[in-house]
Amino acid sequence: MSETTCTLSLHLNGQHRQLDVRPWTTLLDLLREQLDLTGTKKGCDHGQCGACTVLLNGKRINSCLTLAVMHDGARLTSIEGLAEGNELHPMQAAFVRHDAFQCGYCTPGQICSAVGLAGENRAHDRDSIRELMSGNLCRCGAYPNILAAVEEALPASRDRLQEKAP
Amino acid sequence: MRPFHYHRPERIEEALALAGPDSRYIAGGTNLLDLMKENVLHPRQLIDINRLPLHAIEETPGGGLMIGALVSNADLAWHPQIEQHYPLLSRAILAGASPQLRNMATTGGNLLQRTRCYYFYDTGTPCNKREPGTGCPARDGLNRIHAILGASEACVAVHPSDMCVALAALEAQVHVQGPHGKRRIAMSDFHRLPSDRPELDNNLSEGELIIAVELPAEGFAQHSAYLKLRDRASYAFALVSVAAALELDGTTIKAARLALGGVAHKPWRVEAAEQALCGKPADEASFAIAANLLLDGAQPLQHNAFKPELARRAIIRALGEAARGTAR
Repeated sequence: MSETTCTLSLHLNGQHRQLDVRPWTTLLDLLREQLDLTGTKKGCDHGQCGACTVLLNGKRINSCLTLAVMHDGARLTSIEGLAEGNELHPMQAAFVRHDAFQCGYCTPGQICSAVGLAGENRAHDRDSIRELMSGNLCRCGAYPNILAAVEEALPASRDRLQEKAP
Repeated sequence: MRPFHYHRPERIEEALALAGPDSRYIAGGTNLLDLMKENVLHPRQLIDINRLPLHAIEETPGGGLMIGALVSNADLAWHPQIEQHYPLLSRAILAGASPQLRNMATTGGNLLQRTRCYYFYDTGTPCNKREPGTGCPARDGLNRIHAILGASEACVAVHPSDMCVALAALEAQVHVQGPHGKRRIAMSDFHRLPSDRPELDNNLSEGELIIAVELPAEGFAQHSAYLKLRDRASYAFALVSVAAALELDGTTIKAARLALGGVAHKPWRVEAAEQALCGKPADEASFAIAANLLLDGAQPLQHNAFKPELARRAIIRALGEAARGTAR
């Protein structure tokens, strides 16, 4: 296990992937640099901005602060894995409808975080959505529209999780 | 990040056997990997402990709870028994970090968080905690977030955890296992003051692994409060935080626990402050006496002169909230 390359098996966006990674490759760098899945963004690379948020076994995490090699056998969903064909995920559609972005750099992380939030079932009003989305910064300040989009799409996102539950 | 060797043991004994002076255990990794990216830490070997059987929360024969070291901060905060019987712990955890970080960060790892002192992180400056003997630029530098209690000439850093402040107030026990066997460490003895050895955050011996945190039966579920004051409304470290827990008989205090975060190298408790509340009415006059005892000897630095008064008011407010009943 201490060789400089490790094999890693991931269920990534619905597909089984067998990968070779170096131990010090973060999950974020694996996605962006090795797999060309550049939807997940590198903002601060220190867990302070949330731009790199992905869903690991259904839970939202900062992909910059974890090593890919630690997640052998995991189910990973990045922003590229949320839509079904041409049909956007309800959270993606709500972000478009509410114009919940300006530059768009934080958007994939915001959306993945909001989908994770739906799964947690802990946000019941605007204040709790604000608090539980505090791990995702938007330097353009699109917060009012992000909040509106998340609030609107939480129920549909929860429904979709239940449809997909094994 | 500098290259390192990676191991993923399945058993505790295997993990302990791998440990050495240049190795680190990794669980959530949220603080360790950040420090490795900053080159503050550069272990030659990481021992991934996520496959060890330390994920359970179980009742103890004494009516308490044994929390496996690998239980995530989110799972712990939202565990039904924690929410019901230890709301102080739940509140403290939810006051810290972000939902993403709480999903990864573990119970054991939270205890081992390093300080967020700017100079500790900045490898271009001296720091006695990072490189013993090089000096402490914080003492006469930017020290708004630093300690007012228990600091030393060598170090004025504070422990950053919210969870640990609640664990201190609840008098949790830390179960550890090392090359020489298992032992239990009271929360009050787990972290240490910087003295002239600020490179040591806690009293773990080399290679020792946290395996569980045990909560006693008494959770102060009826009368507790966690108050955290910080520079923004969410997702920031505490300038001052207070864990307050009371047992009341009518309006008379029967037992009290008080711990402060953001003011010292460890969660700050003073037995005299808690004793002073026993048998007294649960009112502001009693709370003020306790606050003064808890803050006795506070020595602010150039930029944190606001902290003693902020802490005094926060203690009084948190005790008042606890006395009125845990907010649900």
